[in-house]
Amino acid sequence: MSLVETPVFAAPRSLRPVVTHFCPGCQHGTVHRLVAEALDHFGVQERTIGVASVGCSVFLYEYFDIDVVESPHGRAPAVATGVKRALPDRVVFTYQGDGDLAAIGTSEIIHTANRGEALTVIFVNNTTYGMTGGQMAPTTLAGQKTSTSPYGRDPAHDGAPMRMAELLAQLDGTRFSARVAVDSPRHVIEAGRVIRRAFATQIEARGFAFVEVLSTCPTNWGMTPVQANARIADELIPCFPLGIFKQGQEAS
Amino acid sequence: MNQRLFVKGNEAVAMGALAAGCRYYFGYPITPQSDIPEYMARELPRLGGTFIQAESEIAAVNMLLGASACGMRAMTSSSSPGISLKQEGLSYMAGSELPGLVVNICRSGPGLGGIDASQADYFQAVKGGGHGGYRLIVLAPHSVQEMYDLALLAFDLSDRYRIPAMLLADSVVGQMKEALIPDARAQVELPLKDWAVRGKPAGEPQRVVKSLYLGDGELEAHNWRLHARYELLAAREARWEALYLDDAELILTAFGITARIAKSALRMARDAGLRVGLLRPISLFPFPREAFREATRTTKKILCCELNTGQMVEDVRLSVARDAEVFFYGRPPGAGSLPTPEELFAQILRYCGRAA
Repeated sequence: MSLVETPVFAAPRSLRPVVTHFCPGCQHGTVHRLVAEALDHFGVQERTIGVASVGCSVFLYEYFDIDVVESPHGRAPAVATGVKRALPDRVVFTYQGDGDLAAIGTSEIIHTANRGEALTVIFVNNTTYGMTGGQMAPTTLAGQKTSTSPYGRDPAHDGAPMRMAELLAQLDGTRFSARVAVDSPRHVIEAGRVIRRAFATQIEARGFAFVEVLSTCPTNWGMTPVQANARIADELIPCFPLGIFKQGQEAS
Repeated sequence: MNQRLFVKGNEAVAMGALAAGCRYYFGYPITPQSDIPEYMARELPRLGGTFIQAESEIAAVNMLLGASACGMRAMTSSSSPGISLKQEGLSYMAGSELPGLVVNICRSGPGLGGIDASQADYFQAVKGGGHGGYRLIVLAPHSVQEMYDLALLAFDLSDRYRIPAMLLADSVVGQMKEALIPDARAQVELPLKDWAVRGKPAGEPQRVVKSLYLGDGELEAHNWRLHARYELLAAREARWEALYLDDAELILTAFGITARIAKSALRMARDAGLRVGLLRPISLFPFPREAFREATRTTKKILCCELNTGQMVEDVRLSVARDAEVFFYGRPPGAGSLPTPEELFAQILRYCGRAA
């Protein structure tokens, strides 16, 4: 009897077979994979343009086997607007961190959503500026110590953590807004499902779609990967509840 | 027969851009350039193009970056304080080797300043403006016709050299009305841009538009490559207008609106029997340094007039080295500071050794 090997799991076509530069325990690699799986699912690798932001995720083009344009810090939604208006039949997504999207790029993300640009925005929230060494972000939790909030974030002094998925859901132009986490297998599978829906919103209903992904930064959190995953469940999710905050009418 | 129109400079630059095949405009209102976005908002939808009023100048220039990265002819426009906000995006476009047109209808500064004509953005335009060391192609129209013609030229040069182009005009040239004869060419052949991101066909290598170079020696090589292109531009694309240089004892030099005033002063000088010529840089980068060097073979005195306290005069001095004396006359911009032809004529008399 011969044994026929049938692969039940393979690398996404939209990802290149390379080793990532991300720190051990960082979940950018997981989120990259979920986005690539969504592109494969819809068969749109050849007509997708990624817009890279500034920060740990800037090397998008090293990992995704798609055309990519790099944008200045926080401006990815504006660059993506130019790309999508130039090539309306392409699938366009931005991939941004919390410092990029919720601080320096607040204006760009709000107005891009408000215009209802048919884009998909993947927002990786790990409550800190990763690449610059763990400074306070708009999403840093109250009391969280960072290199620029060494005594812990004080909302009376620094403001409270911003909930971007809920904020953007308020805008008429937003057709889909959700928050997911990648701290457990169950949540990773759910995150993949939600990211697919965000791309479906663009591909079918041609509306603005936003997915916030709670993820770890073990290096800057000063934790092991296992501890960092536990922090998502114990501290991040209570502050940033998971769920779909808006879903517009989608085509079939 | 050519059509002859009577239009504002701001409209002419928009018309020139459309004639060049530009179908994407991203902008934000600011005086005295708002006629440009208003014209584009009206005309682009009729042509199947896209007009977006961005939420800020910063967003507008980044939309331009995105459309340009897809290989499209696209533009933005603003006025001095707004151009300052666009510098971030311009540095990224320069670093990413992206073409595109930026129109600066200058107003007076620094800071909020005023809305009067100014040439105080010369340094910002020709020396880089944003961070990191780069050059823009900078063209300086001095008439409504040139607002149109140089918009066409700016797109062609920008595409050919993959360097963002700036039209550096001022509020007088932008706001004044003159005759315009549009270019009759019906169809513009856009060059193939095989570097543009348009979605990666199966089996083909990906295309990446970026300015990040972290590998050993990569960024240095990238900067040398950009520098070589600036040198090529200087060798091939310098443009200027020369009047009466053959017998000139004194050369007047000025650009933009100041050159118009200088031309009136030049006529007064010639009528008075003075041997005065004019060398007007049309491209401010590349600066027509060879034209100045050539002129100093016969003429040893140059008078540079600007609507600022002295910016282009530095490039004039660098061009002629010690082969000619370079004098400067300028006034910082603001209400009432636009010099009259009589005022410049008085300067001509001074440097020609004649009493006023």
